[in-house]
Amino acid sequence: MRILKAIVAHPTGRIGAAIIAIYLLLAVCGYFGFTPHDPLQQFRVDRLKPPSSSYLMGTDLFGRDTASRLMAGIGQSFIIAFASVGLATLLGTIIGLLAGWWGGLLDGVFMRSMDMLLAFPAILLALLIIAIVGPGTATSVVAIAAVYTPIFARVVRGPVLTLKRRDFVDAARTFGSSQGYILSRHMLLNLVAPLTVQVTLALAWALLTEAGLSFLGLGTQPPAPSLGLMMSEARNLMQQAPWLLAFPGLTIMLGILGFNLFGDALRDILDPRSQGRSS
Amino acid sequence: MTPLLRVRELKVGFGRKADANPVVKGVSFDLEAGQTLAIVGESGSGKSVTALSINRLVDFGGGKIVGGSMAFARPDGSVLDIASADESALTGIRGREIGMIFQEPMTSLNPVHTVGAQIEEAFRLNRGLGGAAAQAAAREALERVRIPDAAERLRYYPHQLSGGMRQRVMIAMALAGNPRLLIADEPTTALDVTVQAQIMALLAELKAELDMAMIFITHDMGLVAGIADQIMVMQQGEVVERGPTDAVLDSPQHAYTKHLLEAVPHFRGGAAVRTDRPAEGVRKPVVAVDGLTVRFPIGGGFLARKSGAIHAVEGVTFDLIAGETLAIVGESGSGKSTTARAILGLVAATRGAIQTAPGRSGRPVQMVFQDPFASLNPRLTVESLMAEPAIAAGQRVDARLRERMVFLLERVGLSAEALERYPHQFSGGQRQRLCIARALMLNPDVVVLDEAVSALDVSVQARVLDLLIDLQSEFGLAYLFISHDMAVVERIAHRVAVMYAGEVVEIGAASAVLSQPHHAYTRRLIAAVPEMERRRQRYDVDTTPVPSLIKPKGFEPQPAAWIEVGADHRARVEE
Repeated sequence: MRILKAIVAHPTGRIGAAIIAIYLLLAVCGYFGFTPHDPLQQFRVDRLKPPSSSYLMGTDLFGRDTASRLMAGIGQSFIIAFASVGLATLLGTIIGLLAGWWGGLLDGVFMRSMDMLLAFPAILLALLIIAIVGPGTATSVVAIAAVYTPIFARVVRGPVLTLKRRDFVDAARTFGSSQGYILSRHMLLNLVAPLTVQVTLALAWALLTEAGLSFLGLGTQPPAPSLGLMMSEARNLMQQAPWLLAFPGLTIMLGILGFNLFGDALRDILDPRSQGRSS
Repeated sequence: MTPLLRVRELKVGFGRKADANPVVKGVSFDLEAGQTLAIVGESGSGKSVTALSINRLVDFGGGKIVGGSMAFARPDGSVLDIASADESALTGIRGREIGMIFQEPMTSLNPVHTVGAQIEEAFRLNRGLGGAAAQAAAREALERVRIPDAAERLRYYPHQLSGGMRQRVMIAMALAGNPRLLIADEPTTALDVTVQAQIMALLAELKAELDMAMIFITHDMGLVAGIADQIMVMQQGEVVERGPTDAVLDSPQHAYTKHLLEAVPHFRGGAAVRTDRPAEGVRKPVVAVDGLTVRFPIGGGFLARKSGAIHAVEGVTFDLIAGETLAIVGESGSGKSTTARAILGLVAATRGAIQTAPGRSGRPVQMVFQDPFASLNPRLTVESLMAEPAIAAGQRVDARLRERMVFLLERVGLSAEALERYPHQFSGGQRQRLCIARALMLNPDVVVLDEAVSALDVSVQARVLDLLIDLQSEFGLAYLFISHDMAVVERIAHRVAVMYAGEVVEIGAASAVLSQPHHAYTRRLIAAVPEMERRRQRYDVDTTPVPSLIKPKGFEPQPAAWIEVGADHRARVEE
């Protein structure tokens, strides 16, 4: 509640939160089929119509309603983004936590393999995984998760290295607290703030990566609607039907802006140095 | 004659609404040339902000002078109001006319430059010296602050010098501009007592040599007694008392000054030790430490060979008797904390035995740490924090456990409501009470108190000490009390062990060790304690450096020889 209030009070966080809320609503509607038209239905007579009252954002080459497809596309993108970031958070936290806590050889092995993954440009690494496994929704999730796991591992390992030297961890040892207890209560609980910020920012990148993969034809497969795929299909029709490119492009841009603004605001609020929020 | 500095109704605030909530609320004083004013107060009293306002460094910390005047007499006879002066005028004043030394000598020196380069810079900026002239001046400055082999030390980096040496370098830099006013902000708080005594003696000598005025900020009444001409006591941004040193110390007028003077633990040379020893006869040790040795290897990485070891603790032997307090005193690096940590298993002993008598619970030894802010996880409620030892011991968190929490909280002077709150909602003293209550959750036999009252303000410190003494008799606890503060040790200890360079050099009954110290180091330690009663005494300052703890690989020290000084009092034979 306190954090929610702080975000509403934050000048740009407010905008980010509003954008995310609208997108979430659109995504839920799109996913469960509450769209103006069926996103897959082809109205043959109304091909390449500009925006009008019956088709809010116009129609594409096959006479499908762009607005409906966008909503379904947002739903699809959100599922992939949330699933992949969730997976990356889980794996990254476990790896970072164990590497930081145990140190030594385990730390070396874990973090050097993370460095190896980090050395590849994100989209190249994702392409590599998809090339091996073959395209599809599940593959996209795994590929994007693989890209962001090292970042989470690093974000977690740093604080663990300092936390484990803190007096309260020594105090826990003197009580004879188990390692599981120390890791969950003294480590993880203190990692919630940096992780929350990182998750929000990673969601923005994941949205972009997913759109990029779909644009290249390696993410969501047609005819299923996806933001990247829609841009890819509209590319050749840019002259005749610019709205086909503009709307998905704007949707991606606004979504990423929303998550970034939200993430920056969270970082400001959760920073213990920010005034009056020292918890 | 106009005074050097005349401060009138100084008000300083912070943040956007600096006027509405001043931290310094109308401070006035006069400082004559060559005089020393001590500003005394506890944390949050505004004493440091007042000092930082005088050279307007407070501006860089987000502070703002919202009222009052500070008339500073320039050497040419003109008077400058520092409160309204602009930055360009202040740059000429800082360093040249008003010098400053800070609390933390490590963080105020730049670690990537040699101390020589840093002192030379001070001479370049303040006196316009260059090249060989600056170098010669820097050497002279180091000699003036009594650093041996000054020419050699110029090439050292800050980390190669001890804390006391670094503070001397800071003083040398502050004096480079020949200031007529030196502001010293808790310059000895981060230093050991013997080093503190050296620095205080140095400051007193320099002041007389250079005829320099000084503003000395401190929380320690005993410390200012020997150096100040005037004392100003501050509380919550206001001056509660101001007057000549003797008048303030001998007949304090304000209640807060009296309270401060009472709260300051006075070291009475063993005359004020506790007499409430537990019944004789059943003197069974609860912790027996025999030949404890802790060494930390140096080097020894993947390819590097081990080059030697830090001998942090070397052959330490003592018994902790049930229901008694054994105090371990020593300076930083003497191995006292490492000994405590070894007893709790936080560091592994290289050699030696630690035997703990089976106690009332599975974990008879508990610990309270120095920093009450760092030893409580900020994200957990007090209830979760208090439950931790019980959970670790396999108990269930139920109504009975909660009852014990409330009982202990109330016993240490906190209310049951505290359970739902978070650590940051408590003051330092309250947090330390929480830590004590938590250490008692499992009904231990021994509590190790590692500098447990050192981070607290004096008045809070006194109350926590009283609480500890009460708890000791009520719960039948034995304390292993680690401290550097002789006055505190005198109040709580039954027996005292003095540690020096990793070894116990003297051990015995508190009254005997503190009143008739035998070992040279114990005598030095006791002589260095600042004391109001001894303020007119002058004592010679011993500057013997502590021997290095880093020993080559395979080094084994000679076995210690002891002499019995008294019934329960023995000291190490000195070479």
